[in-house]
Amino acid sequence: MIDYMPLTFLAAGEKGQVVDIKGGRGIVQRLYEIGFVPSTVVEVLVSHNPGPILVNVKGARIAIGRGMAAKIMVRRL
Amino acid sequence: MTTVALIGNPNVGKTELFNRFTGLKQHVGNWPGVTVEKKVGKCVCKGKEFEIIDLPGTYSLTANAIDELIARNFIVEGKPDVVVDIIDATNLERNLYLTLLLLELEANVVIALNMWDIARNGGIEIDVKKLEELLGTSVIPTVATTGEGIEKLKDEIINSIKKERRKIKFGYGKEIENKIKKVKEIIKKDDELAKKYPVRWLAIKILEGDEEILKKLDGSKYKNEIIEAAKNDEDFESVLAEKRYDIISRIVEEVVTKKGKEEWTFSDMLDHVFLHRVLGIPIFLALLYAVFQFTFSFSAPFSDMIDLFFGWLGEIAKQNISNSMLASFVSDGVLAGVGSVLVFVPPIFAMFFALALLENSGYLARAAFVMDRLMYKLGLHGKSFIPMMIGFGCNIPGIMAARSIENEKDRIITIMINPLMSCSARLPVYALIAGVIFGSGYMAGAAIFSMYLLGIALAIMMALIFRKLLFKGKPSPFVLELPRYMFPKMKTAMLHMWERGKWFLIKAGTFIFAVVIIIWFLSNFPWNATNGGTSIENSYIAYFGHAIEPVFKPFGWNWQASIALFFGFLAKEAVVGTFGALLGSTQGGIMEALKNAHWFTPLTGFAYMAFVLIYFPCVATIGVMLREMKARYTLITVTYTITLAFIVASIIELIGHLLGFS
Repeated sequence: MIDYMPLTFLAAGEKGQVVDIKGGRGIVQRLYEIGFVPSTVVEVLVSHNPGPILVNVKGARIAIGRGMAAKIMVRRL
Repeated sequence: MTTVALIGNPNVGKTELFNRFTGLKQHVGNWPGVTVEKKVGKCVCKGKEFEIIDLPGTYSLTANAIDELIARNFIVEGKPDVVVDIIDATNLERNLYLTLLLLELEANVVIALNMWDIARNGGIEIDVKKLEELLGTSVIPTVATTGEGIEKLKDEIINSIKKERRKIKFGYGKEIENKIKKVKEIIKKDDELAKKYPVRWLAIKILEGDEEILKKLDGSKYKNEIIEAAKNDEDFESVLAEKRYDIISRIVEEVVTKKGKEEWTFSDMLDHVFLHRVLGIPIFLALLYAVFQFTFSFSAPFSDMIDLFFGWLGEIAKQNISNSMLASFVSDGVLAGVGSVLVFVPPIFAMFFALALLENSGYLARAAFVMDRLMYKLGLHGKSFIPMMIGFGCNIPGIMAARSIENEKDRIITIMINPLMSCSARLPVYALIAGVIFGSGYMAGAAIFSMYLLGIALAIMMALIFRKLLFKGKPSPFVLELPRYMFPKMKTAMLHMWERGKWFLIKAGTFIFAVVIIIWFLSNFPWNATNGGTSIENSYIAYFGHAIEPVFKPFGWNWQASIALFFGFLAKEAVVGTFGALLGSTQGGIMEALKNAHWFTPLTGFAYMAFVLIYFPCVATIGVMLREMKARYTLITVTYTITLAFIVASIIELIGHLLGFS
């Protein structure tokens, strides 16, 4: 059973643990730098579809486009 | 001289620290990437002179974004004596990533643990001694906003030059270390490479497949051997990033003790309002409207005062200077021309002040968030929005702000449409013409506001066209760190306003002054033929004006309006300066004079405003464009703006005629 889902599936207020990032090298690298590293716990603060989502990653508030967020796989906590 | 480079993530207070060091007052902003320019300042402390270089704010040192590359190249090739890494004490986990990269680069790092006060008040305790020990560098707690710890930081910078830094190697695990070692061994064979770059760092970068670094291997006879040894199937960059965060989390665990609640709660609460699904955009529009209201109503009395003052001064000059040529020069040339431009300094300063408040409060980054959805549909993304907003103040910082956009295509589109943002130099023209054709009431305000909207609409249209024709594909993903909301500091906003606004004063004193003198000369000479400037029809300027008039005649603009457009190429506010010089100093100011001259009807005046908005980026903007992108794109920008100006002015007049205006 697959127990992870794209970050975009989390609603505002929900937390998830990063499992993996699907995507090209450039995107993976960029997301790593801003803290989306496997096992990191992230919290979705604002999410209105369509539109970017706001995530608490390692204590910073990161606004991230929905397309990019869909590449971040998380396990809902 | 000793060189000291400042580096840090965005929003850590780097610019403020730079100001503390150099005393050179400059712009302090609040959205990521605001210090994109290389700023250099001097600082004398303890009798030693330092050169301080402010590097762009970055999270990392890859070759992926220009900002990062600029910073990295400076450290590798510029070899600064000391690199001050400024980190946010409230968020070590994120900030130490860059620190590790700097240590890997074997830079002589001194850490400024900034925002120490916020951490302290928020119940975050950091064991500084332990941190120093773990990183092998000095760590100085600082508060850039108040100056706390700055003297100590200066002392430590001086100390660090003398003393040999204890090098600490952060191991990446046996498997990876073996690979690094293998590549290192071969690099060491090439003396030149080994001397130029830190060997371990070079090996890691090669393993990561960093394209910029691979290029540096050209010319080394060991190139193939190195690349062969570095061959791997793994995604090294990702693996290493993960390992670095592992190391960081271990460090953080050892040095940080958290007590009490997080300091973000208030900021997060505000975000629920400002980023609200439904309310977000109305709030943004309301704030934008407030900015314009403030710009115009707050500044109006000051403008009136300046206007009266120059009118009065002109009268005095006329009465007291006996030489008629000199009197005309002083009163009709210098005072009328420069005065007509200076009148618009108050609204320009007010606009910059309001924008600074938005920016420093942290709201501007939220506006980018709110607008991202819309911008994406236009083939841009939220980050392009900030350069556009700043463009309302002046296109030059607007274009420079585009540097934080990583993707080149997105960046070029953002730059190319920036001249359509009504900068504050265009404001004088709008205000003058709208006042002349619509009086001082509601209509004039609406006409001015419509110019801003027209600019935005055209920018959107051009962005879509460029995306379709020049840069096919989708905009790159949007990532932006939102800073904490802060109550904007009056002093910072004033400084910010002064820094950006002073260029208008300088321009008025130099450039516009020169233009005005040229115009005065051209409109009063030959002196005898013009009868001392009274019959301007016989002057040189009339000759030139009549020469270019046919181009603009179809729009109903006379030769004076045409020649003003010509001088507006240099700077848009020169259009007003030209009118001022052509009309001479009169009681009641330039607006009355232009009204009485009947050069514009409501329709031709409105079309003229639109034309001034669009027709050409000013000379200074073109200069910046040439620096920021390929000449080809600048040429395209100049061509499209001129073409578009003629098209839009024609459409306005056509529709106006159909509606029965004249």
